[in-house]
Amino acid sequence: MGGSGSRLSKELLAEYQDLTFLTKQEILLAHKRFCELLPQEHRSVEESLRAQVPFEQILSLPELKANPFKERICRVFSTSPTRDSLSFEDFLDLLSVFSDTATPDIKSHYAFRIFDFDDDGTLNREDLSRLVNCLTGEGEDTRLSVSEMKQLVDNVSSRAREREGRLGLWLKLSLPQILEESDIDRDGTINLSEFQHVISRSPDFASSFKIVL
Amino acid sequence: MAQPLDFVLDVPETPGDQGQEPSPYDESEVHDSFHQLIQEQSRWVAEEGLELQQREPGDPGRGHETLLGPEGAPVHSMATLRILASMPSRTIGRSRGAIISQYYNRTVRLRRRSGRPLLGDVVTRSARPSLRLYDLELDPMAQEEEEKRNLLVKELQGLSAAQRDHMLRGMPLSLGEKRGLREKSQTPHGKRRGQPGRGGLFSCCSRLRYACVLALHSLGLALLSGLHALTPWRYALKRIGGQFGSSVLSYFLFLKTLVAFNALLLLPLLAFVVGVQAAFPPDPGPGPRPTCTGLEFLTGAGCFTHTVMYYGYYSNATLNQPCGQPLEGGQCRPRAGGLPYNMPLAYLFTVGVAFFITCITLVYSMAHAFGESYRVGSTSGVHAITVFCSWDYKVTQKRASRLQHDNIRTRLKELLAEWQLRQSTRSLCGRLQQAAVLGLVWLLCLGTVSGCAAAVHAFSEFVIQGPVAAGQEVALLALPVVVCLLNLGAPYLYRGLAALEPQDSPVLEVYVAICRNLVLKMVILGVLCYHWLGRRVGALQDQCWEDFVGQELYRFVVLDFLFTLLDTLFGELAWRVISEKKTKTRRKPEFDIARNVLELIYGQTLTWLGVLFSPLLPAVQIVKLLLLFQVKKTSLLANCQAPRRPWLSSHMSTVFLSLLCFPSFLGAAVFLCYAVWQVKPSSMCGPFRSLDTMYRAGTAWVRHLEAAGPRLSWLPWVHRHLVENTFFIFLLSALLLAVIYFNIQVVRGQRKVICLLKEQISHEGEDKIFLINKLHSIYEKKERKEGEERSRAGSTQEAAPLALLAEEGDTW
Repeated sequence: MGGSGSRLSKELLAEYQDLTFLTKQEILLAHKRFCELLPQEHRSVEESLRAQVPFEQILSLPELKANPFKERICRVFSTSPTRDSLSFEDFLDLLSVFSDTATPDIKSHYAFRIFDFDDDGTLNREDLSRLVNCLTGEGEDTRLSVSEMKQLVDNVSSRAREREGRLGLWLKLSLPQILEESDIDRDGTINLSEFQHVISRSPDFASSFKIVL
Repeated sequence: MAQPLDFVLDVPETPGDQGQEPSPYDESEVHDSFHQLIQEQSRWVAEEGLELQQREPGDPGRGHETLLGPEGAPVHSMATLRILASMPSRTIGRSRGAIISQYYNRTVRLRRRSGRPLLGDVVTRSARPSLRLYDLELDPMAQEEEEKRNLLVKELQGLSAAQRDHMLRGMPLSLGEKRGLREKSQTPHGKRRGQPGRGGLFSCCSRLRYACVLALHSLGLALLSGLHALTPWRYALKRIGGQFGSSVLSYFLFLKTLVAFNALLLLPLLAFVVGVQAAFPPDPGPGPRPTCTGLEFLTGAGCFTHTVMYYGYYSNATLNQPCGQPLEGGQCRPRAGGLPYNMPLAYLFTVGVAFFITCITLVYSMAHAFGESYRVGSTSGVHAITVFCSWDYKVTQKRASRLQHDNIRTRLKELLAEWQLRQSTRSLCGRLQQAAVLGLVWLLCLGTVSGCAAAVHAFSEFVIQGPVAAGQEVALLALPVVVCLLNLGAPYLYRGLAALEPQDSPVLEVYVAICRNLVLKMVILGVLCYHWLGRRVGALQDQCWEDFVGQELYRFVVLDFLFTLLDTLFGELAWRVISEKKTKTRRKPEFDIARNVLELIYGQTLTWLGVLFSPLLPAVQIVKLLLLFQVKKTSLLANCQAPRRPWLSSHMSTVFLSLLCFPSFLGAAVFLCYAVWQVKPSSMCGPFRSLDTMYRAGTAWVRHLEAAGPRLSWLPWVHRHLVENTFFIFLLSALLLAVIYFNIQVVRGQRKVICLLKEQISHEGEDKIFLINKLHSIYEKKERKEGEERSRAGSTQEAAPLALLAEEGDTW
């Protein structure tokens, strides 16, 4: 619980409460956990609010340790110029998005940013295959084979198939999956709205996109 | 452009394009997204360039597929790519300016409640939020972002404080950013008070609240952080979620829901029936009270019999007044002053109202779950959903995470295989064989069910024949033990049978297993209900049959719990020990969610069935569930591993709730309605002892009111015309059906609209591609002209290949 000295001021707490989806209780817990990452002598409130905790320490939190997207998550939420550390407010932002009460809208927005490995605003094939690799495990023996990946991620337009007509029926094997299903405007990449459209069809997303501190 | 790309890409960057030369910053930004596209194009050009040169420029097939992929990918000039990258649909995912702009539009919409979204305004470019914070100043678009921000601030100022906070909370911006926006958009009024927490409002109420907050702040903080340690659910659920993922968690959440349902059922009963009766205990019977031996906790009989636990204890008189001779229907004329409490009426109404509340809550939560889990068009796009939504971020253990990796990989492979399989149709012989196996397994299952039902029926008849002597109460446990054994054994048999039959999809497998177990449990319960209401009532003419049924249900609930414990112990613990010893691997048994949930539903049905005869049964059930939570949690953490099959947890929890509602609750309600309306209560005990049916208590009361005076004459009228008249019920059901039909039609209409919108979007995509092509060809022409000019001017070395290439590009 910490001494009374390590408590956040009332105004700050109210402000955090207004601007994030966290309850007072969760903010206090987050602050406690954040302070634990700091060296012993820098745990006062002022210092903890100014402190930047490098990624290695954030990643050692048990809540993030097993997550294959941990680096991406930290990168997306970091506001430091070099993007290698998190301040307390970034940490709160992170927890807010992953909290119970956050809207599906904001959750899917950040999920998109997390999956967008090259930060270019769209999910292209490279992003998708990196995503699939993250999901299946990075090891040589665990990842999907090249042909499977190609089948899953790669894209041959559906109109090409239409044109091929009957001939295409047995050519379907080489058809794409993810892009085929979610790329509505057929430009070869998935943009935010297309992504949110896919996400909105999965009710499980909001319940699994959660990190409980 | 980190990697050296093929010559094709150099074409557009001829020196003539100086005016449009992008800044180095822009370039790297733009090229990233098209990196892959570009690579593929160049590869393709290298391979197939020759063949394509033959094509006519106006090939219709080509023209529509420019952006579509490796096959139809054209070569776009740098300028085109740059324009593509700055299209609004692509900037919104990365640019802070675009986000601000989008939310500005939303705010405007919120404020005006009308008007079109101004998405056309969103032209800010490639300022990644915070990633390139330091670059913002360099970006010429930063100014534009600033303008947008000011506009947004102005719009936010127009909103109320609560709305503004809500709006800000939902913005995908960093906290500092949000704070800046809020500080700027706070009205000067709010600022003067120096109260950033409660912006702008200057009402008495908020001031009072603020004072309270001030006073309780430090106390509250200490309490809050202390409270955290005191929520056992939370920590346990977090641990389970972290180790086993959402699917197993859904079982425990369902258990929690059941506890809430039972509490809801118990509270009115405690307040209006049990509590009141305990406050006015009836005079005990002439015989000596039986002594407690401890066996009562299992049988529920013995010294438990004449307590508030069972129906028989409740009096048929009006409490709170001494009453010499009960009038018809157990009524006493109330004396002036004392508030009479008509126990039969209270009993009937409380049970009825408690059931009604449960029904409403159940239907509401089911509707809510349906609304969350079934979306229009949710069946399409499995691959994309699997990839985007399947990672469970709650998982905190390395091992669980590895397991999840494996699950997802298997799932993806399965999906791909399944999808390939769908293309190849199975042979007729294979299909026939499959159908035969399926039919055989189903026949076996149904045979087992009917065998179990017959066994239960025969055994119950046997039990009726030989009444239990006073000293041998253990014999009372025979029927529950037999039923529990059947309930325990049959699922294992089904699991064995399921291994025989080939199922196409894992989801179907789960549903089939649930269906079989459910049929078994419901049939057995049906036989038991017949046994209680049809046979027992006749057999126990001179005794209190309600007490007996209540005790029987108590025994079932308790023994069900004991057998679940045994199953947990032997099914999970022993299995793990044996498999570890035998195979020397760390393979643990899977936690069978479907079976466990069905056991919960079964237990809940027993509770609902027994509530009329034993008002404290929900309390027993709550205790049972709390114990079960601990036991299952411990066993799970020690013995089990997460199921290998992926689970759509929200779909499944909807299914569980529907099962709880449809066969379970509805069946119990029908049973109770039959007992209330049709069965003659025993004449020895209970609140309805002098009546023909329990329902008579209500009619007698209505008649009593009618006699009491004209002031309440509307109530008998309501009773006669609305309750007893079937026409009204028909009307109500017709209305309900009409509403359901209406909703179905609305959903169908929405589906149609979605189809139309999708079509429109794909048309617009085509339009976009068309425009891009136009743009591209214009650039191309321009370049060619410049190239020609240059070659005419005589700079021969470099221009020759370029011109050649430009011509090549023109042929598409």
